[in-house]
Amino acid sequence: MVRSFILAHSLNQENPIVEIRGLGYAVGSRPIFEGLDMDIPRGLVTAVMGPSGTGKTTLLRLITGQVRADSGSIEVAGANLRVLKRDALYLLRRRMGMLFQNGALLTDLSVFENVAFPLREHTDLPERLIRQLVLTKLQAVGLRGAAELMPSELSGGMSRRVALARAIVMDPEILIYDEPFVGLDPISLGVILRLIRRLNDTLGLTSIVVSHNVQEISTVADKLFLLSGGKVVANGTPQELKDNPSAVVRQFVGGLADGPVPFHYPAADYFGELMARSEAR
Amino acid sequence: MFKELSRSLINALVSLGAVVRFLLRMLGVTPGALLRFDLIVQQVFNSGALSLVIIMLAGLFVGMVLGLQGFTLLERFGSEESLGVAAAVGLVKELGPVITALLFAGRAGTALASELGLMRATDQLSAMEMMAVDPIKRVVVPRFLGGVIAMPLLAAIFSVIGLYGAQLVGVQIMGVDSGSFWSQMRAGVDLRDIKEGVVKSLIFGVACSLIAVYEGYHATPTAAGVGRATTRTVVTSAVVVLFLDYLLTSAFL
Repeated sequence: MVRSFILAHSLNQENPIVEIRGLGYAVGSRPIFEGLDMDIPRGLVTAVMGPSGTGKTTLLRLITGQVRADSGSIEVAGANLRVLKRDALYLLRRRMGMLFQNGALLTDLSVFENVAFPLREHTDLPERLIRQLVLTKLQAVGLRGAAELMPSELSGGMSRRVALARAIVMDPEILIYDEPFVGLDPISLGVILRLIRRLNDTLGLTSIVVSHNVQEISTVADKLFLLSGGKVVANGTPQELKDNPSAVVRQFVGGLADGPVPFHYPAADYFGELMARSEAR
Repeated sequence: MFKELSRSLINALVSLGAVVRFLLRMLGVTPGALLRFDLIVQQVFNSGALSLVIIMLAGLFVGMVLGLQGFTLLERFGSEESLGVAAAVGLVKELGPVITALLFAGRAGTALASELGLMRATDQLSAMEMMAVDPIKRVVVPRFLGGVIAMPLLAAIFSVIGLYGAQLVGVQIMGVDSGSFWSQMRAGVDLRDIKEGVVKSLIFGVACSLIAVYEGYHATPTAAGVGRATTRTVVTSAVVVLFLDYLLTSAFL
């Protein structure tokens, strides 16, 4: 009930937490985004999906200011990333948490110290308070008992949960997940899914999840965006996407090998190439 | 041919410019990094203390060779008593700083480059940036300063152990008079020689540490990329150290 209220309220909100207009970005001569528009609503779990190589992770890097857009504008919590200086960007990042695909834990620090890292860097809190905060966050992800372990002693799922505890230790407004389900067993995947939803609701966050696990992410996301060819080809609630008749959406949601996203990488005529190689030999 | 040569020259200048820019960026955040003295001490330990064994062993053997070769040469002119001063000047001014720098590049430089490269490849540096922590200030500068501080200390230890090695061979084995060995050394080596050695090792420390952190920080985030960065660290450091040694030696003459 609370969730549906927040959902209805947030979708009607006029000030989305991330507002992207006419985004253009290219890697070398290869365009990734051309005129991308996207509004990510406050307080919800928003999933960004799309085929591999469509620029989902790049979009996260653009939203977090790790790379700069070639054209267009990105506003995050009211700040225009294109004109933001390094200091202001760092201040904005203190309001964000990010979970990297592999966790990205600092390998020379223990689990406890990894979670304490942002607190030690940005605050002068007494050790007792740091300890309480870290243990609270580790308890939230179910790993308080692993506080003294080193990252090399953790499984993939545990690493990601520690990274999640680290991402929320500064109480961010926005939590960003980059492919959080890659390489996880079903139990760990279920744990991460539940954590995404629970943390979002209990901490009052906005969650942005990049993933191509359609079925899994549909169970926790409030809103989905489907990217393809550098543009948003569909967006809406999981049900709306399921009912979408578009061929691209059908292919992606149904997991079809061929369709608007072709199975074959663009190549010369098959028969002609085979003959040419035979003659060359 | 000319075209290729000019392209290589331009590439070299572009690389040099990038390194200088990186150095300036590091210097910009150095005052802030100095406040975290514990991080620098940790890196002096990593680059310095952990290189001690190889430096001491190399120093001993180089000193022993110097003692043997020096004795053989000086004996021809009947001046084997000057072995002490010859070994000391050679070690303090040249062999100490240069061989220490080469060994430093091989031991600590590669460790720095591969550590930073792996941090890049496993997104640890990006994660720091996302936590609003500048990796240059938090990770790179302490490692750079640790190397700069460690190098003169290692060079001094190398020279002292080298002198012991030269004494071991010259005095203990070849029979040079112990009093002459030490007294001629004291009379023949002045502060200027020691100053030259210290300045050289400081500059080599800056060069080797800068090359290592630059290569590691900018490594392509793949296994091959980290490997390339490590190799480039050793090769570039060796060439730069030998080139700088020539420049500094001629400047001190």
